[in-house]
Amino acid sequence: MPGTLIEVKNLKKYFVTKAGLLHAVDDINFHIEKGETLGLVGESGCGKSTTGRVLIRLLEPTSGQVIYNGDNVLLFSRGQMKDARKRMQIVFQDPYSSLNPRLTVSELIAEPLYVNHVCKSRQETQDKIKKLMDTVGLAERLINSYPHELDGGRRQRVGIARALALKPEFIVLDEPVSALDVCIQAQVLNLLQGLQRDFGLTYLFISHNLSVVKHMSKRIAVMYLGKIVEVADYRSIFEHAQHPYTRALLSAVTIPKLDVKRTRILLEGDIPSPINPPPGCRFYGRCMYRQTSCQETEPELAANGSGGLVACHFAGKLGA
Amino acid sequence: MSDRQQLLEIEDLAVHYVTEDGTVRALEHLDLSLGYGETLGFVGETGAGKTTAALAIMQLIPHPPGEIVRGKILFEGQDLLGKPNDEMRDIRGKKIAMIFQDPMTSLNPSMTVGKQIAEMIRLHENLTPAQALEKADHMLETVGIQAERAKDYPHQFSGGMKQRVVIAIALACNPKLLIADEPTTALDVTIQAQVLALMKDLKDTYKTSMLLITHDLGIVADICDKVAILYAGSVIECADKRALFTNPCHPYTVALFHSIPDIDAEQEQLSIIKGIMPDPTDLPTGCSFHPRCPNAMAECSQTIPGRIEVEPGHVVSCLLFKTK
Repeated sequence: MPGTLIEVKNLKKYFVTKAGLLHAVDDINFHIEKGETLGLVGESGCGKSTTGRVLIRLLEPTSGQVIYNGDNVLLFSRGQMKDARKRMQIVFQDPYSSLNPRLTVSELIAEPLYVNHVCKSRQETQDKIKKLMDTVGLAERLINSYPHELDGGRRQRVGIARALALKPEFIVLDEPVSALDVCIQAQVLNLLQGLQRDFGLTYLFISHNLSVVKHMSKRIAVMYLGKIVEVADYRSIFEHAQHPYTRALLSAVTIPKLDVKRTRILLEGDIPSPINPPPGCRFYGRCMYRQTSCQETEPELAANGSGGLVACHFAGKLGA
Repeated sequence: MSDRQQLLEIEDLAVHYVTEDGTVRALEHLDLSLGYGETLGFVGETGAGKTTAALAIMQLIPHPPGEIVRGKILFEGQDLLGKPNDEMRDIRGKKIAMIFQDPMTSLNPSMTVGKQIAEMIRLHENLTPAQALEKADHMLETVGIQAERAKDYPHQFSGGMKQRVVIAIALACNPKLLIADEPTTALDVTIQAQVLALMKDLKDTYKTSMLLITHDLGIVADICDKVAILYAGSVIECADKRALFTNPCHPYTVALFHSIPDIDAEQEQLSIIKGIMPDPTDLPTGCSFHPRCPNAMAECSQTIPGRIEVEPGHVVSCLLFKTK
């Protein structure tokens, strides 16, 4: 595929727990094209953050491949990985806990520059910090502030400046706006879109908020209990989602409008535990269309006939 | 305002916290009214004073540092502010109940959920322990949990189930007013949908009035009758849900709607409100929104806008609407 930046093949990440093997990410496949934003949605515990972390090797996967620009990242040596990380960065969810409280804004932004010996002189570092602060919309007067003196939106801007410092090509955005109020959220989303345009960045945008994901992404992947259940263009996923879970998820989104005609699909029960999941379809227990066969064979992620992928035995046969 | 008696009327309430860094004016001019059986959505950003308002109604403001500086909180026509502590203790739980945001921390981890519900019932109703436990079982079934689970501890429940237990406790004594402080914020969307559906049902069955604190206008659209928008400690717009959603007046309300990504539309960029919420120890003079307001006039920095009724029942605090 020309223009593919990242290709993930059969990626698995299991955690060993006292209760058994926790299948956080269980054999997933997807790709991200250069310059696009792939949205990754799902509920807590579905494995979306683990996926983001394994992708840039903050966690070592159990098995599988992550092909970045033709190279398997998972085979990189320490030195190669250090180099690769300049090109792949991450912005974390909680700007309150992801910044060292004892460093000032300038020290926080300088850290990645120092570690990678990017700048030759003190002056160059200072200039670079100021330029980065300007890029992410932080006033220069905040340069010596500590994180506790900043509000959530500004803290997240510091996190973004750190990620941008090494001029990456690819950024994992792990719930970058979930901890922010709507007005601040809008400011940060606009910033992220602007940066993508200006620097030609590729994003993996992880979120549980479907409205935000739709606003940001070109394609959307839906995860449930360690599996990708559906991948599609952002338009088609909203207009004709095929997987019953995607439909339920969409119908549960609260929309700030009156007279929205929607049928609410209320799922029974809770998300089951990812520890030693049963064979067959992961969604079996909560699915309203389940058949006995769903419990026996696991559905493969396959083309759905309209350009997307879906993992359901009855995809396309469930009616609109 | 109206001759029909309201269940809850708050007039010009101000709550300040005196701290080392100055006086935090958490609530400045809070006016609010809630009728019998109504659900009011109380919307605002972090730090707008939503939770302080809820705690003030319950008389649970920590003092010091908190202090109710002025105002009235009329509940069924009686001012709660003058009530002695023991009378308040009777009202709390019995007539006004509260659901907190985080179900993980609002339950006692070392007590079975059945006992926690029964505890509430025993406090306010003259029942034997066995009768109270029986009623607790019934309450669990009302919120969609099997009665057998009454003997389980909170850690054996998922987040959504815990919030159901909290709702069962709150409704156990059939309160007149239920204050729900971000009841679904900690939950996943599909679980949130379940809990919201349950709350809607129960509200209709029990005819409870509800003050629903939230930052999600989508939830308001779904379940409320009236909406009050809070900014920097004051209600800046209050109206019927339909009036507010079809004709938002205050520039802040308008901007709030625009900053939410629209799931049905294609937008290149979101329109944003410049700047951030003002520091509550140092509120701007005049209208507290004027430094961020796209329509600010010279007058806005001097005059505190009063409550202006743009149409019956639709109140806005903005000088733009004064001349009408």
